[in-house]
Amino acid sequence: MSLQSKHMLGLQHVSDEDIITILNTANAMKDIIKRKIKKVPTLRGRTVVTLFYENSTRTKTSFDLAGKYLSADTVGLSASSSSVQKGESLIDTARTVEAMGADVVVLRHPAAGSSKMLAENINCSVINAGDGVHEHPTQALLDMFTISEHKKDFKGLKVTIVGDILHSRVARSNIWGLTKLGAEVSVVGPATMLPPKMEKMGVKVYTNMEEALAGADVVNVLRIQLERQKQGLFPSLREYSRLYGINQERLALLKDDAIILHPGPMNRGVEIVSRVADSSQAVIEEQVTNGVAVRMALLYLLTGGEKVEDVN
Amino acid sequence: MKMLIKGGDVVNPEKMNVEQLDIKVESGVITAIGNNLPVEGAQVVEADGKLVCPGLIDMHVHLREPGYEHKETIATGTKAAAQGGFTAVACMPNTNPVADNASIIRHILERSEAEGVVKVYPIAAITKGSKGDELTEMADLKSAGAVALSDDGIPVASAAVMRRAMQYANMLNLPVIPHCEDKDLVGGGVMHEGFQSTVLGLPGIPAAAEEVMVARDIILAETTGCKLHIAHVSTAGSVELVRQAKRRGVNVTCEVTPHHFTLTDEEVTGYNTNTKVNPPLRSSADVLAIKEGLADGTIDVIATDHAPHSEEEKAVEYQYAPFGLVGLETAVGLVFTELVSKGILTAPEAIAKLSLNPARVLGIKAGKLMVGETADITIIDPGAKEVINPAHLAGKSKNTPFNGRELKGLPVMTLVNGKIVMRDRRVTG
Amino acid sequence: MDVAKEKAQILDENGIRRTLTRIAHEIIEKNKGVENVALVGIRRRGVPLAERLAQRIKEIEGTEVPVGTLDITLYRDDLTTLSQQPQVHQTKVNFPLGDKTIVLVDDVLFTGRTARAALDALIDLGRPKSIQFMVMVDRGHRELPIRADYVGKNLPTSKKEVVSVQLKDIDNEDKVVITELPD
Repeated sequence: MSLQSKHMLGLQHVSDEDIITILNTANAMKDIIKRKIKKVPTLRGRTVVTLFYENSTRTKTSFDLAGKYLSADTVGLSASSSSVQKGESLIDTARTVEAMGADVVVLRHPAAGSSKMLAENINCSVINAGDGVHEHPTQALLDMFTISEHKKDFKGLKVTIVGDILHSRVARSNIWGLTKLGAEVSVVGPATMLPPKMEKMGVKVYTNMEEALAGADVVNVLRIQLERQKQGLFPSLREYSRLYGINQERLALLKDDAIILHPGPMNRGVEIVSRVADSSQAVIEEQVTNGVAVRMALLYLLTGGEKVEDVN
Repeated sequence: MKMLIKGGDVVNPEKMNVEQLDIKVESGVITAIGNNLPVEGAQVVEADGKLVCPGLIDMHVHLREPGYEHKETIATGTKAAAQGGFTAVACMPNTNPVADNASIIRHILERSEAEGVVKVYPIAAITKGSKGDELTEMADLKSAGAVALSDDGIPVASAAVMRRAMQYANMLNLPVIPHCEDKDLVGGGVMHEGFQSTVLGLPGIPAAAEEVMVARDIILAETTGCKLHIAHVSTAGSVELVRQAKRRGVNVTCEVTPHHFTLTDEEVTGYNTNTKVNPPLRSSADVLAIKEGLADGTIDVIATDHAPHSEEEKAVEYQYAPFGLVGLETAVGLVFTELVSKGILTAPEAIAKLSLNPARVLGIKAGKLMVGETADITIIDPGAKEVINPAHLAGKSKNTPFNGRELKGLPVMTLVNGKIVMRDRRVTG
Repeated sequence: MDVAKEKAQILDENGIRRTLTRIAHEIIEKNKGVENVALVGIRRRGVPLAERLAQRIKEIEGTEVPVGTLDITLYRDDLTTLSQQPQVHQTKVNFPLGDKTIVLVDDVLFTGRTARAALDALIDLGRPKSIQFMVMVDRGHRELPIRADYVGKNLPTSKKEVVSVQLKDIDNEDKVVITELPD
């Protein structure tokens, strides 16, 4: 039942069977989070190190708790407090962490491909917690897990991802994962925020919000980074909101039982209005719980030993 | 010291033909070319079945000296050149300090005289410190030995500065070799903008970043009359712009690197930093257009843009790695494997783009095998095979994207001033 | 996987049915009724066994006893050595454990390690009044100080043998057989 790789670097090269295994395992893990005693002894004696070169309290905490609920020892290393400040290379930092006994390294890094580089240079398992704008597989898996709790099947499911697709690792990982399981994925955003030739990834590309939302089962609303305005990628938050904000009128374009996802943190009133964010169709808080469950599932599935299982 | 190169297929890039002839070399000069020349006590080099070519010239090389001797030096860079079959290189001015005054040009020439294995022709900066503001003392630079002007690596952003530079250079009959890149359009780009950059999540460099500058510089050359040689074209659009300009009679030439006619942006998958180069590896459509440009003569020159970087500098995240790869040692093999074997260029056409054409662009007396000329000669064995192994590269840095690739058609001897500096792939000079 | 050779059949369908009926009586007798008794089957074959026991108890006493499902994967003590992480399933115990006597139900008692894991898993769900243990077959070779309160059949075996309890719900047939692993 282990995965095909001991690393989780991205969903592009993960099989659909592996994705399903992770989602099924996450289902069992979620029960543990809901118990009074939120701990199982599974990863007793294992060490998980979170190595974060970008600030993300949310993702880091989620991995920390996932490890702790499975009884792993978790240690966090952030770029600002470590030898990274002294100019040590990523590989050297990771090798140091490994030499101290880490079994799993969770890496968040601003450079695309950094987790792959790490996996090629150290022996322990590497989980990509976001590398540049390349991939953020655990976010996509938690999005998919959340969708699976509300929708029967991914086959034919219409999922629309809205926003700054160009700079979104979440969008890329979601596209790989969702299309593998047969969902019909569309992306929509201003032309300046759509990467070239994205349709070759198997998605429909829109600049018109109304067309992209029509009949959707799931809408995944991306956070708009306010600094993109200064970079000249869009003229103003006001215009962005007017063209691509999710509001109640646009909600009406979706299927009646459509759900709204957002990876957080939200800019209320910009990409999503509060009345939508707080509506019964929004599953944003569930995503947070599911993030811990999915990360527990991954930590469990990636930390196997060497022996083949005995009979009886 | 006499030498007789016997029975080789002598390539004439001017007449575009190949003829089996003997060549006699005495005291560093070609003294006879003909059939069945008498040995008369000369050292005989059997060249049967091999191409005997005018010494190859790589007009776009970074020797890194002064300032970046941990990447390459004049000594190691010219060794790489000799191994690659080049008898001369032109070196780019983005050293530290920048080659923007006569004393640095003289320094490079003196160091080359002392330690160089092959000939070195320095190219000077267009602006002081390559800052893009004030023009360099071009007349003084020319007197000191600079053969051209370039902003390689640090493009002149201002069209006004570039226009004045061309006016001034034209007065001195110095070619201008622009590195065509609009830095604003590049942004933080590290690879070709296309499907691969979308998938890899690496910031893209659009083809337009190169093409708008190619267009600008062609227009400026057209109006100033300056001799323009566009460095390392990499896109279909650039090739087409040059083609049209040539049709209009603009005094423009251009070059392409072996990696740009061999590799596409798909090589970047896997984030191998030795595929990070500027201009970036482009799409397969661009590679196709470049091959057409080579075949129809739009692209005049093949130059390597040999850009050494140390192992430590390249062993970092893709986005943080420096641009550049080494090319001197592998260029001829790639030309024969990718272009000559595949029928895109004939051997004389390929040799012209590696010898006579760069000599003409730079205005140096080279590129022809004639009695009375200096004996700078490259012998190529079109049947010789080799698998590229970075450890066997003669230069100081090993940042090649071609590790493990098999080449067929390799330089087996390099003669500079009649002296053997490379024999059987080993540098002897 | 090597195909194990079937050596002997220990129980057939009727044998299993009679055994479960006897054990149902024993549970009722030992607990003086089933008022505060609940059954928890250990995945996988403990689950249908627990359900059948509950059915028998209902037939005898007229009382429905709650039945839960326990997945002990996350409590195994050999996870750090296995190359293939076993699949995790959901645990479903939808009743409070606090005042109950829990009868853990499993198919085969061998080393005792599964039972140990099940005890830990159960206690993390709550604090039962007491825990009892029922197995269909006790084949010996204990590695931990664990014994069953209710045993369908004591079956001395060699370590090379495999005892397989097969149930219609999973295996299309009710029987208990001994097979031998090839050398």
